Amino acid sequence: MKLDLLASHIVKSYNGNQVLKDCSFSFDRPGIYVLTGSNGCGKSTFLRICSLLEEPDKGEIFYIEGGAVLPCEIALKRRMTLVLPKVGLFNTTVFKNVAYGLSIRGIKGREAVERVGKVLDFVGLDHKKDQNALTLSSGETQRAGLARALVIEPDILFLDEPTASVDEKSTGAIENIIQRLKQDGSCTVVMTTHDQQQAARLADFLMVMRDGKISAC
Amino acid sequence: MHSILESFSRALYLILNLNKELIGIIFLSIRVSGTALVVATLFALPLSALLGFKKFPLRGAIINVLNTFMGLPPVVVGLFVYLLLSRSGPLGFMALLYTPAAMIAAQSILAFPIVASLSHSAIVSVDPIIRQASMTLGATPVQTSLTVINEARYGIMSAVIAGFGRVIAEVGAILIVGGNIAGFTRVMTTTIALETDKGNFELALALGIILLLISLLVNSLLYLVQKRGLAGNR
Repeated sequence: MKLDLLASHIVKSYNGNQVLKDCSFSFDRPGIYVLTGSNGCGKSTFLRICSLLEEPDKGEIFYIEGGAVLPCEIALKRRMTLVLPKVGLFNTTVFKNVAYGLSIRGIKGREAVERVGKVLDFVGLDHKKDQNALTLSSGETQRAGLARALVIEPDILFLDEPTASVDEKSTGAIENIIQRLKQDGSCTVVMTTHDQQQAARLADFLMVMRDGKISAC
Repeated sequence: MHSILESFSRALYLILNLNKELIGIIFLSIRVSGTALVVATLFALPLSALLGFKKFPLRGAIINVLNTFMGLPPVVVGLFVYLLLSRSGPLGFMALLYTPAAMIAAQSILAFPIVASLSHSAIVSVDPIIRQASMTLGATPVQTSLTVINEARYGIMSAVIAGFGRVIAEVGAILIVGGNIAGFTRVMTTTIALETDKGNFELALALGIILLLISLLVNSLLYLVQKRGLAGNR
């Protein structure tokens, strides 16, 4: 069943500086949602709150399935994932990194091998599976981060500035992966970018964050 | 000079002939120090994890005390354990004084702050992004903590090796609580001290060479562990 997300009147401050001022948005249709805005405007904070990594000072996040609001438990948290701008790969092989999400869900053995193989092939890193993840290039690191997120087959995939630290070629490769996710229709993608052109290229639903508030375009 | 060379050649003879007394002393040393290290690590790792993951009152004070106790003088530890285990002490009823168990207890106390403090440093040195990445993938708090500990594994292994290096070479504590009883509590360092006093340099030298080789092995291991840890961070 489809999982919808409703962010309602989110307020968040850091050290007295109000970053988010009454942000509300409904993610209730499949596709790619792109949130743009200048650096430091609060896009990442909004994403972290939506993905339940942080709690808002005020307001609420609702995850709705079949008309019912789901409790904010680990079972719900495991239906979504956020790929951070600095991916944070573990000091082990690419394979083990990607298999991590499966391992903590108790999925091991042949099923894990097959799912990891499939997703590594999808992001074009199958040939690097036995390499230490910390030796990957920045573009490959981002793709490994995407693979690590995709292998758990999330209902909602949050991507925080997925191409901010990579070159043009890698940006193209990552955008291509995101486009293919859209074609598959396997998950809703919510991403941030400060690149307006990229936002225009990828977005089904474009949002702009300005003065701590979100507006749809 | 002649006597030094002669003692040295006799020491080598003892080693090469696998002298029974020598081997017995080496194995007892490794058994005592190894067990002490296991005991110290079993207590130190949970404490270092607790200090690394939880904020609670007196946390800073505990870290400060651990750092201070890394330089504990072995004789002071020996004296403390002696007072605890002596017949009139609170644990005197256990009759552990002058046994390998007493030596293990003393060496565990010596190794504990080193393993705990260095492991804590290794855990807090892990990039906070690892914790966040783990959480975003749906890990429970326990799974997240285990992931961070796993990332700190090379630092923790270095801590354990450093703890072993500390206890295998110490003499003060085990001499006080072990009593240096031949065939029972006589280990490498206490034998070296005793045999030197007696002028029996060949056994002392042989054990000195073995002790140096063990130190070399420990340091080589430490180097390899650190190199392996860095290899992934290239």
